[in-house]
Amino acid sequence: MSSILPQLLTGLATASSLFLISAGLTIIFGVSRIVNFSHGSLMMLGAYIGWSILTRLPREPEWFALGILATALATALIGVVLEMAVLRRVYRSPELFQLLATFGVVLIIQDVTLLLWGPTELPLPRPRWLRGFVEVAGSRFPLYDLVLIAIGPLVLGLLWLALNRTRWGTLVRAATLDREMVAALGVDQRRLFTSVFALGAGLAGLGGALSLPNASANLGIDLSVIADAFVVVVVGGLGSLPGAFLASVLIGVLQAFGIVLVPKITLVLVFLVMAVVLVFRPNGLLGRPQTEAREATVAAPVVRPAPPALRLLGAAALALAVAAPFIVGGYYLTVLTDACVAILFAASLHFMMGPGGMASFGHAAWFGIGAYAAGLLLHWAGAPMPLGLLAAPVAAGIVSGLFGWFVVRLSGVYLAMLTLAFAQIAWAVSFQWVEVTGGDNGLLGVWPPDWARDPRPYYWMALALSVGVALLLRRALYAPYGYALRAARDSAPRARAIGLDVERLRIVALVIAGAACGLGGAIFAYGKGGVFPTYISIPHSVEALLMVLLGGLQTVAGPIIGALVYTGLADILVRSTDLWRLVLGAVIVVLVVAFPEGIAGAVRRLWLRGREA
Amino acid sequence: MLAVHGLNTHYGRAHILQDMAFEVGAGEAMVLLGRNGAGKSTAMKSIIGLVQPTSGRILFGGRDIAGEAPHRIARSGLGYVPEDRRVFADLTVMENLEVGRQPAREGLRPWTPARLFELFPNLGRMRDRPGGRMSGGEQQMLTIARTLMGNPRLVLLDEPSEGLAPVIVQAMAEAILALKAEGLTILLAEQNSHFAEGIADRATVVEKGRAVWSGTMAALRADESVRAQYLAL
Ligand SMILES: Nc1ncnc2c1ncn2[C@@H]1O[C@H](COP(=O)(O)OP(=O)(O)OP(=O)(O)O)[C@@H](O)[C@H]1O
Ligand SMILES: [Mg+2]
Repeated sequence: MSSILPQLLTGLATASSLFLISAGLTIIFGVSRIVNFSHGSLMMLGAYIGWSILTRLPREPEWFALGILATALATALIGVVLEMAVLRRVYRSPELFQLLATFGVVLIIQDVTLLLWGPTELPLPRPRWLRGFVEVAGSRFPLYDLVLIAIGPLVLGLLWLALNRTRWGTLVRAATLDREMVAALGVDQRRLFTSVFALGAGLAGLGGALSLPNASANLGIDLSVIADAFVVVVVGGLGSLPGAFLASVLIGVLQAFGIVLVPKITLVLVFLVMAVVLVFRPNGLLGRPQTEAREATVAAPVVRPAPPALRLLGAAALALAVAAPFIVGGYYLTVLTDACVAILFAASLHFMMGPGGMASFGHAAWFGIGAYAAGLLLHWAGAPMPLGLLAAPVAAGIVSGLFGWFVVRLSGVYLAMLTLAFAQIAWAVSFQWVEVTGGDNGLLGVWPPDWARDPRPYYWMALALSVGVALLLRRALYAPYGYALRAARDSAPRARAIGLDVERLRIVALVIAGAACGLGGAIFAYGKGGVFPTYISIPHSVEALLMVLLGGLQTVAGPIIGALVYTGLADILVRSTDLWRLVLGAVIVVLVVAFPEGIAGAVRRLWLRGREA
Repeated sequence: MLAVHGLNTHYGRAHILQDMAFEVGAGEAMVLLGRNGAGKSTAMKSIIGLVQPTSGRILFGGRDIAGEAPHRIARSGLGYVPEDRRVFADLTVMENLEVGRQPAREGLRPWTPARLFELFPNLGRMRDRPGGRMSGGEQQMLTIARTLMGNPRLVLLDEPSEGLAPVIVQAMAEAILALKAEGLTILLAEQNSHFAEGIADRATVVEKGRAVWSGTMAALRADESVRAQYLAL
C-alpha cells in the first residue's frame, strides 16, 4: 500500500515529460495539419544543446534554469529555420508527403548531431541539488521529479493563457479552424505558422533539456520519443492540448504501475492503451472528428493504366532482370534480391494506401510477422523453406485481418498512427520475448535448402515471386473488387449507398497487403539467414512509405520504381559515404519539394505533356 | 476604385472565368448577377486572391493586385465576405471580430466592436457566444462585422441574403445601405435582382464566366430580355 504514492508521483513525473514532448506536436498539428515526424529530433537536439550549455554553466539551480530556457530558445530558432526552409514549402502537399519531408529532416538531424557531438552518450554530471531526495510516505523520492511534476501543469497553464488570452492565440485558434479565411482577413499565415512552429520546437527543446538529469543525450532519442509522442497526441485527440495533458497523465501513471506489476509489458502497455482508447473514442479522448482544414484540396490519386510504350519498357526491364545473373556478380545479385523484396514491400503498401486509401506508418509489422513465421517454423519445427514461404503470407494475412477488424472504422491520420502503434507492439514482442524469438539477437540459421543456397537460383526465385505477386496485385486492382475498393476510398457513404460493404472491402485489402508483405519478409529472412527485431522497426516501416511515396500513388508502376530507386540509392549511399543519412534526408526533402506527385507521377505528366504538344 | 480586365481563372483544366471584366467606382454599389454556377463567387475569390487567376489584371486603387497573397490584398483595403459564412465556430463573437481586426485606415472612421454592435444590435447581445452556436442570420452578420474590423475601403459581399428569413434579409439590406451611406464601396453577388434592387447602383450580368451585360439598375429593370435570358426570376 505504502508504495502507491511514490509510484503515482513517478507516474506524474513521466507524464510531465510526455506532455512537454506532445504539447508542441499537437499544437503544430492543430494549425498546420502536419504530423511532424522530426519533433523527436528537435527534442534530441534539445538534449544535446542542453548538455552543451549546462556543462558550461555554473552548477547552481538558477543557472540550471537559465540554461534550460536558453536551450528552449535555441531549439525554437532551429524550428524557425526548419519551418522556413522545408515545411513552408509543403503545406499544400498531400499529408503523407509532408510526413515524408519531415522524416527527411529526421535523417538529416541524426547525422548532423552525430557529426557535432559524436556517437557516445552524453550524461549530464549532476550537482548535489539535482541528486536530492525528499521523504514521501516513508520512502525517498527524487527532488528533481517533483520539479518535473510541477512543470507539466505550469506549461499547460502558460500555453492556455497564450492561446486564449492573446491576439496571437486567437489567430492561431482561428487558423486551426479555417486558415484560408484567416488569410482573407489580412493575417499573414506564414508568420503565424512560423511562430507556432517555433513554439512547438521550443517546447520540444525544453523537454529534451529537462530530460537530461534523468537520462542522457543520445542518438536514439528521436525515434523513441516520437513514438511516445504520437501515442499521447492520438490518445488525447489530435490538436487538443488538454487532451494531450490528460493522455500524458493516463499513460505516465499506467506505465508507472505497469512496471511494478508486469515489468515486461510496459512497451506493449502504452500502445494497448492507445488501441483501446481509439476503439471506443475514434478521435481520442478530447479530439473532434477531423474536418479538413479548409483549403483547395488536391484530387485523390487515381490509378491509371500505363501507356503502351511504358509497358514495353517494363517488359524490357523484366527481361533484363531475368538475365541479370549472367551479367552481374554476387554482390549485385544480393542487392537485386533485396530489390525484389523491396518491390513486394512497397507494392503491398501501395495496394492498401493508393487504391485502399489507408496509409500506414507500420507496414514493417507484416514484413516482420512473415519473417518470424518462417523463422520460428524453421527454428522450432524444422519446417522447410517452401512451407515457410507459405506460412509467412498466411500468418501475416491473418494478423492483419484481425488488426483490420479493429481499425477499419478509423480514418486518415488516426489509422496511420494505429498502424504505427501495432508495429511497435509487434516490435516489442519480438524484442522482449527472448525465450521464443531470441530477442535482440534474433533467430539465426534461417537458411534456404541447398538448391537455393547459391545467390542465382535464390534471386530467380525472389524475382519470380515478387513479379508474380505484383502482377496479382495489379490484377486485383482492375477486377471488380479493385473498383469497389476505390469507390469506398473516394466516398464511403456513396459506396455504402450503392450496396458496397466498405468495411469488408478494406479488411480484405489489409489482408492482401499484409500477406504480400509477409511473403516479402520471409524471402528476406531466408536470404539473410536470420530474423531480427529491426525488421519491424519504425525506420523500416518508413522505408516502405518512402518507396511508395517516391514512386507516387497514382500509378501501379509507382511503388515498383520507388522500390528500385530507393534500394539503389540506399545501396550507393551506404557504400560511398558515412553521411548517408544526411544525403538521403536531403534528397528526400528536395524530391518532396520538387515533385509533390512522386517520381512516376512526374514522369507520367512530362510524358503526357510531350505527347499532347 | 476596382477594375477587372480580361480576367481568366481555371479550376484544374476547367476554364471558369473567361475574360471577365467590370468596374466599380468609389462609393458605388455594384452587383454581379448570374445564375447558379455563373462564376460570381469565383470572380470574388480571384479578386481576394484565394484562387489564383491565370491571366488578367485586377486594379485596386490603381495597383494591380492579381496573383498577390490574400493577406496582402486584404490589408490593402479589400474586405471579403464569403458565401458560406465561415465563422470560426469555436471562437466567440468578440474573438471572431478580433481575428478580423486591422489597423485604422487613413481617412476612414475606424470600426470598433461597439460601433459594429450599433449596426448589428443582435451581435452585441451575444458577445461571448461561440460562432458555432448562432443562427444563420446571426452568423451572416458576424461575418460582415468581422470583415469590417479590417477597415476596408471596398467589400465583396457574396450572396449575403442567401438562406435567410425575409425579416432578416430586410435587416441585412438596411445594414448594407448604412454602410454604403458611410461611403464604403460595395461589390455584391446575387442570383437575382430582388435583394440588390434597393442597394445597387449598377449591375453586371455574368453568364458562363463572362460579363454579358452591364448598366444601371434602372436600365436592367427596363430590359426584360436580359432578365429573362440570364437571370433566374
Ligand atoms: N473548387 C472548385 N473546383 C472546380 N470547379 C469549381 C470549384 N468551385 C466552383 N467550380 C465551378 O466553377 C463554376 C463557377 O462557380 P461559382 O461558385 O463561381 O458560381 P456562382 O456564380 O458563385 O454560383 P452560385 O450562385 O451557385 O454561388 C461552376 O461551374 C462550378 O461548378
Ligand atoms: Mg457563389
